[in-house]
Amino acid sequence: MAMLSFEKKYRVRGGTLVGGDMFDFWVGPFYVGFFGVTTMFFSVVGTLLIVWGAALGPTWNLWQISIAPPDLKYGLAMAPLAEGGLWQLITICAIGAFVSWALREVEICRKLGMGYHVPVAFGFAILAYVTLVVIRPVLLGAWGHGFPYGIWSHLDWVSNVGYQYLHFHYNPAHMLAVTFFFTTCLALALHASLVLSATNPGGGQTVKTPEHENTFFRDTIGYSIGTLGVHRLGLLLALNAVFWSAVCIVISGPFWTRGWPEWWNWWLDLPFWR
Amino acid sequence: MAYQNIFTRVQVHGGPDLGMPQKPAFTVLGQRGSQTFDWHILGRFGDAQVGPFYLGWTGVLSLILGIFAFNIMGMNMLAQVNYDPVQFIRQLFWLSLDPPRPEYGLSFPPLNDGGWYMIAGFCLTASILLFWLRMYRRAIALGMGTHIAWAFAAAIWLYLVLGFFRPLAMGSWSEAVPFGIFPHLDWTTAFSLRYGNLFYNPFHALSIVFLYGSALLFAMHAGTILAVSRYGGEREIEQITDRGTASERAALFWRWTMGFNGTMESVHRWAWWFAVLTPITGGIGILLTGTVVDNWYLWAVKHGVAAQYPLVFPPVADPALAPGR
Repeated sequence: MAMLSFEKKYRVRGGTLVGGDMFDFWVGPFYVGFFGVTTMFFSVVGTLLIVWGAALGPTWNLWQISIAPPDLKYGLAMAPLAEGGLWQLITICAIGAFVSWALREVEICRKLGMGYHVPVAFGFAILAYVTLVVIRPVLLGAWGHGFPYGIWSHLDWVSNVGYQYLHFHYNPAHMLAVTFFFTTCLALALHASLVLSATNPGGGQTVKTPEHENTFFRDTIGYSIGTLGVHRLGLLLALNAVFWSAVCIVISGPFWTRGWPEWWNWWLDLPFWR
Repeated sequence: MAYQNIFTRVQVHGGPDLGMPQKPAFTVLGQRGSQTFDWHILGRFGDAQVGPFYLGWTGVLSLILGIFAFNIMGMNMLAQVNYDPVQFIRQLFWLSLDPPRPEYGLSFPPLNDGGWYMIAGFCLTASILLFWLRMYRRAIALGMGTHIAWAFAAAIWLYLVLGFFRPLAMGSWSEAVPFGIFPHLDWTTAFSLRYGNLFYNPFHALSIVFLYGSALLFAMHAGTILAVSRYGGEREIEQITDRGTASERAALFWRWTMGFNGTMESVHRWAWWFAVLTPITGGIGILLTGTVVDNWYLWAVKHGVAAQYPLVFPPVADPALAPGR
């Protein structure tokens, strides 16, 4: 059994949302549950559809395999499988798998008597994905506005869609998202460093305390957010990065069709200094 | 639904925490201040106490040089709008302190032709390096490891590549990034377009992977700790040295979810490397651009990574190769 030394006493029944005891068991280290079964179903079907799409495509070069969404002419209808229908089915499978995974996390949280912070956070990532492949395409009236599933092709999509709006860096929500991403990276470096520096003070020295951690940040920048607060901050920063990323793409097209640099004219044209 | 740790509902205010004792200082500068105050709204989210602050000679010099850099940038921008404060605010995001033009190469240009840019850049760099020294020395003074200073050094590496190493390698200070809100964004886009789309730069890809990975890791880690905070999970040092049920539940959550788990200490090592590798790989990607690789798209095609796209437009002469430049 792949169990940690302390694991056995935590493997108790209950906490499931659906199915009662029916799927309440583990396979190796993995918890199964009803949503483990649905996760497997959607991810296996989705992966096989990707392989099918790759087989229909021109290349087996891993970088260049791409499953494209339907042509714009199909609007919001189902497309033939080889012309984007696969992309539509894969999207359904992906959303099914992601949502199943989140609900499986909820069940594990309940089993371990934990808060729901992790599945809620994952929900933001799912929201961002759904924004890209469902909400924005629906608002624009065609599945063809989704992004293609491929390593380079999705980068090409990001690049091309960005230049459709002339200069995407001027998108104010994109600015916020990038700022939150960079700040998350900075805060993560600071938090991880601080914990490591307190617990790894160097040869022969004793492990330090949270009071040392507080003193370090009060000394250097005048404020220490504290051991609990830093995790609230980290979650808030990371979720904002994801949230504003979703906002920045969903407003591009449905709510703003010109170049993003032009959006800022309202500021230059304020009656106060016009 | 059971209690979810989101905000602190009850705050306990005792006397101020004036910090861990340190060796007696020789000068006033080396002494920690004793001014603190409690801010209620901060206490809802994190620690309520602000201060005490430590200045030190590195702090003083860093602050002075930072203010110099900031003011040189601001005064140059103010001069560009004829010292009109209203236009300064109106055009602030568009204003720029630009690096010297290419014809000056690596020489020092006249003040109004990039000279102020060089001085501001020098002050900013000195300020940042002094702040690095400050972080390093404070860690030593408190008997802690120097992990923060080395993580900071990774960020400084990217900063120096952009403003120093790459311009040096290209033989011109004009390659450096302008100081300004929109101008530095323009620089970034122009840079990407000039070198064949930075998306095809593998180090750029790595840097983004680590940046997004940092957000993912922080969401996973912070979410986990908050979720086990009812078991004292935020007392990470204690959990590292003496594993409690918070650590065990946090570990099992991920083991049961994805078949793998870190420990209370190792998750911070994962986090440290992801965060630190973001600017390290980014810096490598920038340094190679224009110096070693001229067009990342053609590079990717050459190495069988990207597909050769069909030529839909007649070929255009590269303006960079036009005579009279």
